[in-house]
Amino acid sequence: MTLVKGRVFSFWLLLVIIGCLIYSMWRAKKGKTINIRKIAGLDAIEEAIGRSTEMGRPVHYCPGIGGIGAAEAPQTFAGLAILSYVSRLTARFDVPEIVTIRQPEVFPMAEETVRQAYLEEGKSDAYEPGNIRFLSSQQFAYAAALFGIIAREKPAANFMMGAFWAEALMLAEVGSEVGALQITGTAQLSQVPFFVASSDYTLIGEELFAAAAYLSRDQMQLGSILGQDMAKVIVAAIIITGVISRTFGSTFLANLLSK
Amino acid sequence: MRRELPVALAFAVGVLMIVSFFFTSEPLVEAAKTVQNWGVIIAAFALGLASVNLIQIHARRIIRGKGLDWLYSGALIFSMIGIALLGIVRGPTHRTYQFWFDALFVPGQATVYAMTGFFIASAAYRAFRVRNLDAAILLLSAAVLMLGNVPIGEKIWSQFPVIGDWLMNIPNLAGQRGMLIGAGIGGIASGLRVLLGIEKSYLGGSSS
Repeated sequence: MTLVKGRVFSFWLLLVIIGCLIYSMWRAKKGKTINIRKIAGLDAIEEAIGRSTEMGRPVHYCPGIGGIGAAEAPQTFAGLAILSYVSRLTARFDVPEIVTIRQPEVFPMAEETVRQAYLEEGKSDAYEPGNIRFLSSQQFAYAAALFGIIAREKPAANFMMGAFWAEALMLAEVGSEVGALQITGTAQLSQVPFFVASSDYTLIGEELFAAAAYLSRDQMQLGSILGQDMAKVIVAAIIITGVISRTFGSTFLANLLSK
Repeated sequence: MRRELPVALAFAVGVLMIVSFFFTSEPLVEAAKTVQNWGVIIAAFALGLASVNLIQIHARRIIRGKGLDWLYSGALIFSMIGIALLGIVRGPTHRTYQFWFDALFVPGQATVYAMTGFFIASAAYRAFRVRNLDAAILLLSAAVLMLGNVPIGEKIWSQFPVIGDWLMNIPNLAGQRGMLIGAGIGGIASGLRVLLGIEKSYLGGSSS
């Protein structure tokens, strides 16, 4: 069993990154207090749900349109983690929550996430299965159905957290037209500018992945965020070394990366 | 056990997929392929479950009979069941099935996609309003970039395309790559938390 050619460096780098993450989680478990910077978009979730309560209008949540079996899976999981937190708050404040789903395999997970959140808040009677809605597995059919839902039900808060593609701007614009307070987040770089232009708050890239740790305040999870920063320092050091070595004509690092 | 078993399964499958990506081992690659096939089968069952949800919601709206909702919901259920039956009985390559797909579904998708242009205009209007220094820089960069991408821009000043290219290839690309590296490492951390069972919100309930 040997390493695949062209993936040797990636493998060792992955091990180093995992090492950083495990080390920082271990330190957090041993009692080191981890504090991370404030993320405005996540702090605003409570405000958005409070606004819905005051206005007597529902909350809309979409955990992205990506699935759980491809590169965008971490974004979908991050979207589901935030859904859990949002559902607890909607259950606590008795606000109707509409969750729209594009990928069939995400549907049972979203249903279970919301149901459990209501159960944990002691509001299982308030859980309405009809509010977790599978719309369509086709991208623009999903978007068209969601336009209608947002226009008809006029949510006061619109959360879109996960992987989005060409429909991102359209959905955020429709939410903006009905006056919803919009909190969006994605790691799809091509869609970040659209969300920034149309939303009140946007979680950019890694902020989306940090959301579960940030909202749970669980020290082990926060430790992994510290590990991420350690990994970023290592990657930055490799980039700087590469720039310097290439400037002086050395191809050592380039050869190492391609191994 | 309700939580431990799924976490253990996620860990085993996750490690298998990672190892099969990096190592050349025929049994590992075969095992990974088998697991991926299981994923396809599970997704097919999930589609059935999701379809039941869709029918339940729209059947309820038909029974309630409020406004024109019942008509739209009726059209949805009729077309969904009709096309599904047509596909099952005649097959997805049959010309009647293809006709409905090409004549109804494809133009519908294209129409929704085409609306992006109008949404870009309204979003751009909001984003480019000069409220602070950041918005002013954004407006200036966007104006130069747009002028660099249209023939009249080059006629006004030949340097517009050059500055536009510089904006896209240097500051924009540098920012994007920074975000990409951060998101990549964030994705690895998120995956590790899920595999180790530290983050279990996908199983329902609170995050930890």
